[in-house]
Amino acid sequence: MSLSVRIIPCLDVTDGRVVKGVNFTDLVDAGDPVEMAALYNKEGADELTFLDISASVAGRETTLDVVRRTAEQVFIPLTVGGGIRTVEDVDRLLRAGADKVSINTAAIARPELIAEIADRFGSQVLVISIDARRARTESGFEVTTHGGRQSAGIDALAWVEKACALGVGEILLNSMDADGTRAGYDIGMIKAVREVAKVPLIASGGAGALEDFSAALDAGADALLAASVFHFGVHRIGDVKKYLAAHNYSVRNAATA
Amino acid sequence: MIAILDYGSGNLRSAQRAFETSGKEVVITSDYDLALNAEGLVVPGVGAFAACMQGLIKVRGDQLVRERVAAKRPTLGICVGMQILFSRGIEHGDHAGVGMWDATVEKIDAPILPHMGWNTVRAAAGSALFAGVEDQSFYFVHSYAAKKAVGAMSSLSNHSEDFIAAVEDGALTATQFHPEKSSDAGLHLIKNWTQTL
Repeated sequence: MSLSVRIIPCLDVTDGRVVKGVNFTDLVDAGDPVEMAALYNKEGADELTFLDISASVAGRETTLDVVRRTAEQVFIPLTVGGGIRTVEDVDRLLRAGADKVSINTAAIARPELIAEIADRFGSQVLVISIDARRARTESGFEVTTHGGRQSAGIDALAWVEKACALGVGEILLNSMDADGTRAGYDIGMIKAVREVAKVPLIASGGAGALEDFSAALDAGADALLAASVFHFGVHRIGDVKKYLAAHNYSVRNAATA
Repeated sequence: MIAILDYGSGNLRSAQRAFETSGKEVVITSDYDLALNAEGLVVPGVGAFAACMQGLIKVRGDQLVRERVAAKRPTLGICVGMQILFSRGIEHGDHAGVGMWDATVEKIDAPILPHMGWNTVRAAAGSALFAGVEDQSFYFVHSYAAKKAVGAMSSLSNHSEDFIAAVEDGALTATQFHPEKSSDAGLHLIKNWTQTL
């Protein structure tokens, strides 16, 4: 008996639609986030993450409706990130049915936001999303903004320690070097963050082969997030779970997924 | 009819939908008489022990739970809604709970907290709550738990150490995990509970 590793598909949503293309033949409408959420739930996803990349206020309002409809139909934890700037933004998302929120840029600009959210809603609702890359900083990893294009001027491990001290409940670590390459998660980065993080760690960026998932777990990740390998059907969630179960990792519903 | 007790922040709509899958009518309410007379009462809970307890007292939820249990009316606490049923919680200070069971809710001794994700439960022998889902996983998210057996039927889980994952004590039932977030296994467990109403 032990805690299972979590497999988390991530859906990029803008103006109420899933973007970045999805390639499922068994969907009526490949762009509908609620339908995709239900399908991933059926396939054994342990959580779902929506990343709202809407540029407009109207787009964000639509996301609230997507969250609402998803939470009413899919009974697994739902994390929503993207564009969260204030405690009120968090309140709106939680009321719409999100179980957790993930914040990124706003916390870099104003770290106290972490403590404000944790104090009001508890650490368990708050995921800090960190876009990191290899660089000549003290730890060898730095935080980036603008999708990995700009340095935030902060050492990644120092930021992890600070975020934990301010009260985050979980870390979503995105490797901007590995993102989209399908060449494997950044194992060194996961190991380095695991050393200093006392909260659950979700690895993101680079998932390709099935071995990549187990390698990230061996490095210390508690959960694995992936987008394109699932959306394009390179692996079904059940395939990843069966592989991990066959290699003695604790997974939920490996047999039925 | 099932009442979900509304005594503070948080979204209760998805919990309502999950309990509706049992076929029962489900209302979200802070009305004392409505909650007292419902077939089943669900006491949810998120956040810290003390804040939750304060919210509960504001709607006289402590008295409500005692009155329902005395009348043998099924009542279900979930997550912090379970924790506050114990006698004491030591999250951010020392706080009294409703006191239905004599145990302290304390920090889990584990290298990584919160205990977040899907874990299995060692269902107590003869558990009606876990019937048919004894080997399934449920979704937990918490850093505190009761560790001492309370006399009533307890089912345990483990995160570096054992803690109480569920209690079945006559009319009073509680789960540390979130059945409403535990997919098919959670909905099955909810149905097990609603069938006792």
